[in-house]
Amino acid sequence: MTRLTDIATVVRSKNTSPFTLSLDIIFREATDYRAFRASGLLDRALVGRLYGLAPEQVLDIIYFEPASAIKICLPRDVASGSPGDRDVYGAQQHAPLLLWEFELA
Amino acid sequence: MPGFNILSPTAILGYGFPETSFERGLKATPDLIAVDAGSADPGPYYLGAGKSFTDRSAVRRDLALLLRAALDRGIPLVVGSAGGAGAAPHLQWTVEIVEEIARTEMLAFRLGIIAADVPHSRLLEGLEDGRVSALTGAPPLDRSIVASTDALVAQMGIEPIQQALAQGCDVVIAGRAYDPAVFAALPILRGYDPGLALHLGKILECAAIAATPGSGADCVLGILEEERFVLQPLSDQRRFTPASVAAHTLYEKSDPSRLPGPGGTLDLQDVAFSDIGEGRVAVSGSRFVPSDGYWLKVEGARKLGFRSIAIGGVRDPVMIAAIDTVLPQVRAQVETMMPANGGTLHFHVYGRDGVMGPREPLRGNPSHELGIVIDAIAPTPEGADTLCSLARSTLMHFGYAGRLSTAGNLAFPFSPSDLRAGAVYEFSVYHLLESDPVTPFPLTIREVAG
Repeated sequence: MTRLTDIATVVRSKNTSPFTLSLDIIFREATDYRAFRASGLLDRALVGRLYGLAPEQVLDIIYFEPASAIKICLPRDVASGSPGDRDVYGAQQHAPLLLWEFELA
Repeated sequence: MPGFNILSPTAILGYGFPETSFERGLKATPDLIAVDAGSADPGPYYLGAGKSFTDRSAVRRDLALLLRAALDRGIPLVVGSAGGAGAAPHLQWTVEIVEEIARTEMLAFRLGIIAADVPHSRLLEGLEDGRVSALTGAPPLDRSIVASTDALVAQMGIEPIQQALAQGCDVVIAGRAYDPAVFAALPILRGYDPGLALHLGKILECAAIAATPGSGADCVLGILEEERFVLQPLSDQRRFTPASVAAHTLYEKSDPSRLPGPGGTLDLQDVAFSDIGEGRVAVSGSRFVPSDGYWLKVEGARKLGFRSIAIGGVRDPVMIAAIDTVLPQVRAQVETMMPANGGTLHFHVYGRDGVMGPREPLRGNPSHELGIVIDAIAPTPEGADTLCSLARSTLMHFGYAGRLSTAGNLAFPFSPSDLRAGAVYEFSVYHLLESDPVTPFPLTIREVAG
């Protein structure tokens, strides 16, 4: 079994606006990035499962070749700094990605 | 066309920078010194309350170094999103610091001050004319929300800054601005490619964060040429690599290939990053694609009330096992006791789901100790105190099923246990407004004579 900690140099989360959040995964090697991308493991259903969201709530999954990176865009459940918010900068929402185990061919 | 050198001293004005890096940057004879002073990251409070999230003496230190260096050498200095949120009080706060430095150091110069406040009437007119469009996730906007919004700003593009520079301003202090605009305005005015200039600005606005090791408190140099730009570190401790620059392109963006801004979109689909040695990276292929109409991003914050908090720890395993039933019962009891308070109560339970809330996959496996933050919000500070105090005392002495620790349920780290946390705001406006690029941003020119 593989985890992202084995093949990524960056796994992070951050607000892209007060209402949206981005999860970034940057791979150490372009070869791992390509293999991971080709595997099709990461889709809206998986992100939904990791974050307790319906697949259609996942705003976007974008592959960015120049950085060997994947970006996942999510809505925030509470706007940044509004009553009930827990993470104003959105900087600690990436942990479910680190716990995820997968089989990379 | 000769290279156009831009010195970016620090990621946010007030974050500081080493003087050695700055001096090295000055030796490269910059054509512009520019710095971004703001961000919406720290949340709606700072915009709403008119406060800076940066420290006054730290901003004064950075500005004093920048002003002296720029004026001694005749280099234009541009500061954007003054005071953090870039509304009138933030702009005034920054201008006061600039004038204070000018007096102390006997500096004389032409100062351009560009306001970015949006009058409520302008946004209402836009709403009526169908020139307002919500950004992803923003709540719907209506007249009453606009009317109850305390502070409204728009992010200016390059045009108002160009106007100030064209009128001979040595120093430009701009209110809320699109981050790259402070870097790109002057070179675009001089005829450089807008795509390259704005992309360079996108990277320079974070200074050395795009280098490796990254730093928000170190200077870097950007050299704009006809067909490419070059990023150059100014400290031996760090360098740029194609990977570090490409990775930064992702940062805080929804789509790394298409970055929308005032007047158009920066298209990075064909961008190429190449290592040209000595820690430098050359970037080419960035294109600016003008949009249909000119759209400004408008940010607004509105006050919802006041907050009081109490922090308590729970170490009792029986209580921890029962926490999911205890907290709703405490909430219900508090609500029956004070139905007319108009407040809202949140329990942040660290050790269970304090960071991720309903998205926490491990919510069912709480830690051996929990930190509970009682978060009470009410229309008045006194109301918030009352709600917080009642929630705290109810939780402290709540007799849950199976309880053995009948002396109290919470370990308070402090006395007093309850703290006032000030006014609470929300982002009530996060919308695009179609507008011309210049009139919403009035320029004031002041001849400062030290």
